[in-house]
Amino acid sequence: MIPSLLLIPAVGGVLAYFVRRAGPRRALLVLAAVAHAGMTAATWRVEPAPAWGGWLELDALGRMFLTITSALFLAAALYGVAYLREEGHGERRDVEEGFLFDNAPEATFTACLLLFLAAMTLVTVSQGFGLLWVAVEATTLASAPLIYFHRHHRSLEATWKYLLICSVGIALALLGNFFLAVAASGHGGASVRLVLPDLIARAPGLRIVWLKAAFLLFLVGYGTKMGLAPLHTWLPDAHSEAPSVVSALLSGALLNCALLGIVRVQQVCAAAGQAAFGQGLLVGFGLLSMAVAAVFILGQADYKRMLAYSSVEHMGILTLGIGLGGGGTFGGMLHAVNHSFTKAMMFLVAGNILTRYRSKSTEEVRGVLRALPASGMLWAIGLFAITGSPPFGPFLSELTILKAALDQGRAGVAIAYLILLAVIFVGMATAILGMAQGVPRDARMTARAREPLLRVVPAAALAAVVLLLGVYIPPAVRTALEDAARALG
Amino acid sequence: MITVSGWADTVLVCIVLTSFVLLGSSRLGACIRVVAFQGVLLGFLTLAARQDDPSLRAPILALVSTGLKGVAFPWLLFRALRDANVRREVEPFVGYGLSMLIGTSFLAGSLWLAGRLPLPSPTISPLVVPVALFTMLVGLFLIVSRRKALTQVLGYLVLENAIYAFGVGLVEGTPMVVELGVLLDLFVAVFVMGIAVFHINREFDHIDADRLSALRDWAG
Amino acid sequence: MSGGSILPLLLALGLAPLLLGVINRTKAAVAGRVGPPLLQPYHDLRKLMAKGAVYSRTTSWVFRAGPVIGLAAVVVAAALVPLGAPALVAFPGDLLLFVYLLALARFSTVIAALDTGSSFEGMGASREVTFSTLAEPALLLALAAIARKTGSLSLSTMLPHVTVGVWAQAAPPLALVALALLVVFLAENGRIPVDDPATHLELTMIHEVMVLDHGGPDLACILYGSALKLWLFGALLIGLALPVHSGHRWLDAGAPALGMLLLAVLTGLVESSMARLRLLSVPRLLVGAGVLSVLALLLVLR
Repeated sequence: MIPSLLLIPAVGGVLAYFVRRAGPRRALLVLAAVAHAGMTAATWRVEPAPAWGGWLELDALGRMFLTITSALFLAAALYGVAYLREEGHGERRDVEEGFLFDNAPEATFTACLLLFLAAMTLVTVSQGFGLLWVAVEATTLASAPLIYFHRHHRSLEATWKYLLICSVGIALALLGNFFLAVAASGHGGASVRLVLPDLIARAPGLRIVWLKAAFLLFLVGYGTKMGLAPLHTWLPDAHSEAPSVVSALLSGALLNCALLGIVRVQQVCAAAGQAAFGQGLLVGFGLLSMAVAAVFILGQADYKRMLAYSSVEHMGILTLGIGLGGGGTFGGMLHAVNHSFTKAMMFLVAGNILTRYRSKSTEEVRGVLRALPASGMLWAIGLFAITGSPPFGPFLSELTILKAALDQGRAGVAIAYLILLAVIFVGMATAILGMAQGVPRDARMTARAREPLLRVVPAAALAAVVLLLGVYIPPAVRTALEDAARALG
Repeated sequence: MITVSGWADTVLVCIVLTSFVLLGSSRLGACIRVVAFQGVLLGFLTLAARQDDPSLRAPILALVSTGLKGVAFPWLLFRALRDANVRREVEPFVGYGLSMLIGTSFLAGSLWLAGRLPLPSPTISPLVVPVALFTMLVGLFLIVSRRKALTQVLGYLVLENAIYAFGVGLVEGTPMVVELGVLLDLFVAVFVMGIAVFHINREFDHIDADRLSALRDWAG
Repeated sequence: MSGGSILPLLLALGLAPLLLGVINRTKAAVAGRVGPPLLQPYHDLRKLMAKGAVYSRTTSWVFRAGPVIGLAAVVVAAALVPLGAPALVAFPGDLLLFVYLLALARFSTVIAALDTGSSFEGMGASREVTFSTLAEPALLLALAAIARKTGSLSLSTMLPHVTVGVWAQAAPPLALVALALLVVFLAENGRIPVDDPATHLELTMIHEVMVLDHGGPDLACILYGSALKLWLFGALLIGLALPVHSGHRWLDAGAPALGMLLLAVLTGLVESSMARLRLLSVPRLLVGAGVLSVLALLLVLR
């Protein structure tokens, strides 16, 4: 089953590049997404067998992230069909500066989307650290052309920064891989394979200095890819210049894949009894990310950039959760799930707003509730979800993390956490509510336009999932998250 | 007869020299060739490291990596350079003499730091860790202190070379598939970066990465 | 102070101008000309000694003392350098004295140039001093690396201890030191690629411009002093690069002398095949030589 999970998007991607006509190509995209989602759903029923001698295996955590990725991709694929129909080809006028630009060929876009899915799937099923590295680097390479869909100088700048900064970060993670191998090298005998189950089994025998150094490098390396401050500088540019479909996947699925890298090495550290070493660092990075995001969200003029900084904030929150340990880890993992769905939904809605209003500015966009009723409602709902209001999912996860901080007696951390959350709430609420309410500047927009179903339904489905997770966590999900939390110490 | 350690030492010293040449060189074409030569040296290092391994793994790996780093990457980069049609000069933020002096301090620092790290049992030469650390620092320095996007790609390649040197010198048991996968990733990365440089030049008429500053949060 | 042999000093004093002749002859041969006779520098010295000197009214006693002090310093330095046999004067730390004597010689030339009050010579002096500032650390660090490797601080024990065995064991650092010393050799003696000794263009002169106002015996002193300096740097390089210690006195002395001539031919070839570096690129070359010395030192210290 695992090989088919990988092959479906990979083969689909290669095929999509060669299909000439747009209609069949979009159908192929949706078909591949549906097939992948179907197989992923099947893995919850039937435990897939390890492949390739144990290098590829789907454990509980991997399955969790795989499901998120697959669901988001399905939503994005459906939305993408409507998006490509409108934006497809031909010259367009840039919304910010008014010049004319082209879009990339749709075949390239579709192919890269599917290859991106294949790479992300590979990340979730890799048990070997070397393979994990290859997969994460592959996601960077597959997503770079996606960011450069709109062919103009700003997206090129964003693509270049993304490519370079993430590649350098991931190179450091490769060094971390080698350090891990040194930590695992046998004392004049067989060395341990760099596969997660083997490492966890042999954890007490690992060389501690090298293990700690490896953890640091993984944290910095994959943390760059994840968007932890101060390594996040590529994130606002890339997530705001990419088309909304791509931003949804980047924020919702890709950041989780990078997180997986850090989580895997923390599992090894925890098994070796060194969990406490990493936790202080994780708390520090988490709070720093939240603080940096808070500073830049206040008064942010571009709503997509604001959503990007919100991703930085949420990555900070969940890192904080994992760093607190115990219940906090559960909260952090749950937050990863919640954030993915919420942020993806927000980006898809932002895409609708951008198409309609042709403006990225929070000042200029007004009256979304009137001009685009369904999207407007989702936009407002999304605000409450993303800032952690009940009854939505993020509220539960953020509360769990707060509780963990208080349980451990870390009042300072808890207070800083609450203050930053409040600041971010104020920042985002002023922007988003300002956009949702009021009357559109351009009177013609008030005439209720028909919103294509495919543009609204995926986002609405994601919102429904977020609402569901806020009131009821399915037992299978709960068990998976608890397993993961336990494995992290 | 010069021992294994002697050969490896010579190769490692040559790698250090190539890094210094990169720091002090002002011509883009020369820089690309030096990075290619560094890749070839790493191929030699691979052979020296696995001298006692009877299987064909080491020669194949050395061949593939030399082919990629010595032939494919310079070809890609020269193509990007030719299409870019810019002045073939490096244009640094930090002058060449100062760069070389900073490189010297990196070298001293790496030698000191490597002395503090407890090395695992057999490595081919005690110089591997300091040289790899030094080359890594040089790679990062090149990315930060040079103006053109192409030199940033070169800095990234030097960084990857350093990490590869680490791997070859310290690690014995990585499966070949993973090492080949790493090399493949590297190839695609350079390929994509080359395309990006071409696009940057077409879009902006220059390839100065420091002038890519339209996206920012502070005004002005 | 240990007594050595007077042979290295005699060889230096006698054969130094021959080096210049060999270099010029090599350059001519490469250019397809016949060139000046090999003993031309000796004839030049003889001619200059027979001339009178004219001193400008703007100069003082410094101008007249400069060449003499320079020559004296270089001759004393020649007593410190071994060539096939230990030098006449040897004591621990004499390598520092050697470097500083050469610095004294350079200082006296520079100050004589400044004494003329001409801005042209001042320009040459400033260039000369800039380059020497960068070349001296390279020289000292290279000597430090050899000193550390052989465990002694005296030139006369350092260089003979660099045998074939030492080379086999520590080839990388010693090769780097040899390379650095070669660059210093070319820089300190005003050879291409640092300075063109045959140039007549004002903008490109460095050494030539400093001695422009000297004439007669003063110029002879300067010419002979520069030939000696060439010989001394070459002796350092040959002592390092040509580890011949067979025990036969004449072989031990003859082989390095032959090496010196080969070095002169090599210099001639280098000068013929390269162009002079842009003035702004010379510091880069010298820093590069310094870096090579540092690298060698770090490798030896490890």
